[in-house]
Amino acid sequence: MIVTANTLRFDSLSLDSGATLAPVEVTYESYGELNEAKSNAVMVLHAFSGDAHAAGISPETGQPGWWDNMIGPGKAFDTNKYFVICSNVLGGCRGTTGPGSIDPATGCPYAMSFPVITVGDMVRLQAMLLDALGIERLLAVTGGSMGGMQALEWAVAFPDRVVAAIPIASTTRHSAQQIAFNEVGRQAIMADPNWNAGDYYGKELPGRGLAVARMVGHITYMSDDSMREKFGRRLRGKEAFGFDFEVDFEVENYLRYRGSQFVGRFDANSYLYITKAMDYFDLTNGLRSLTAALEAVRARFLVISFSSDWLYPSYQSQELVRALRSRNCDVAYVELESNYGHDSFLVDVAEQSGLVRGFLASTFEKLA
Amino acid sequence: MSAQTVKKQAFVSELLGRSDYAIIGEIVEPNSKVLDLGCGEGELLEWLAQNKGVDARGVEISGAKVQRAIGRGVSVFQSDIDAGLADYPDQAFDYVILSQTLQEMRHPLQVLREMLRVGRRGIVAFPNFGHWRVRFSMLTSGGAPRTPLFPHEWYDSPNTRFLTVWNFETLAAKEGIHVERRFFLAGNRKVKTLPNLMAEVAVYLVSRG
Repeated sequence: MIVTANTLRFDSLSLDSGATLAPVEVTYESYGELNEAKSNAVMVLHAFSGDAHAAGISPETGQPGWWDNMIGPGKAFDTNKYFVICSNVLGGCRGTTGPGSIDPATGCPYAMSFPVITVGDMVRLQAMLLDALGIERLLAVTGGSMGGMQALEWAVAFPDRVVAAIPIASTTRHSAQQIAFNEVGRQAIMADPNWNAGDYYGKELPGRGLAVARMVGHITYMSDDSMREKFGRRLRGKEAFGFDFEVDFEVENYLRYRGSQFVGRFDANSYLYITKAMDYFDLTNGLRSLTAALEAVRARFLVISFSSDWLYPSYQSQELVRALRSRNCDVAYVELESNYGHDSFLVDVAEQSGLVRGFLASTFEKLA
Repeated sequence: MSAQTVKKQAFVSELLGRSDYAIIGEIVEPNSKVLDLGCGEGELLEWLAQNKGVDARGVEISGAKVQRAIGRGVSVFQSDIDAGLADYPDQAFDYVILSQTLQEMRHPLQVLREMLRVGRRGIVAFPNFGHWRVRFSMLTSGGAPRTPLFPHEWYDSPNTRFLTVWNFETLAAKEGIHVERRFFLAGNRKVKTLPNLMAEVAVYLVSRG
């Protein structure tokens, strides 16, 4: 299935910070067909470093989408039944307006003059996309990690437009530990002399800093078990230690490879802006409790966490589930056993698929 | 009305292979809101949703069972029963079902109280430890009783509470729990006399009166 991305342009978007972004563009892909009643639309929301290419094969890169194992004919998000939409987030670097986009006022990239954005801003832009597509209500909003945060924001900010929400390996707000890891990433980027206060477009990229940030990220996405299984203490292409600071261990090679690969596809300033949006995210949003924040919510929920995910631990999902129960919301929850850490929602999808398939089917039936 | 139909019959047909489910299936009113504690793979909830249009929710501790329940479209969350009940507001459900689980509870009294806080009515089904076969087994073997209903060895039984019909009635009276209906079963047969001796399974519909 070859898919192509589309881009829509809107006049302006008012941001939580008080700033206005004008104009603003959003890049999206879609899979399957919207039915006549427009009741089968599912919005898939990507995680921190994802993009609009969630499924199928990209004609540009030849690569499958980041959730291709979940979206497609006969898969959990069955494109024979559902119309699936995925857009690149605001602040991103894969088509949607972000710090690397041209500021019409100056004719140069925004860089650090780009306004600070929030998860709420991302979701309002997605709602504008949905309006443009003529879709009033979503059968489901779903995503893992930061995608789950957007799904929750959708359910709270647009309660009448969301029938069901499936936040996976996610949280209602970032913990100190999550903020701490993001801050390490940001500091690595800003410590790179090439970062140059964000003004590096058309020049040497802050590749070292961005690569280190990504290396730290990858460690948090895995688990002790999965790293031991994948790398152990195996040496890379040698029988004995090199007694130098070249790559000795397989895990070093992997992290370096992942880091350098990331530099080619991700904008360092987007890293700063999007991680900041994640850190600011708090569903309670100044209210006294999570329960109070969920007052308007009407969606039914499927919440999934993973046993080895120490970046978004199960207790965060359980906090959400308890608050939903205290609101007497319709909520299903399970912690799946997996060794793959936070990455489980992307790579260990067999059981997750069964859950999503059954939950979506029953939601769709109830709607009909 | 449907519950009375059940009462008149000497035999109870099984529902999903269980006679207590058949009683529960009759008791629960259509389009009501039901919470099933220890719902397993959600078979009863699925049946109630499909046949009685109930808004069905469940609590189950086993992750594998929760997965299968969600896969069949039932809203089940993974939790132990005590923690699962605490978060709900008062009178959130029309019925809270505790089917063949009371005897496994660590804090059965607390669970009963919570059931009737969260639900307008409770449906409690449990195996009767006072059944004559249990008594006979213990008397003759001198060991922990083993019967078709209590088949486990003492060291690997999930049951931690050994209650009888008489025990439950006494507790209900003491706690001010109103028994609206009671059903006693031996196999698929309804027991009319001496339930504490003759019933293998008891099903109670209770409320705060």
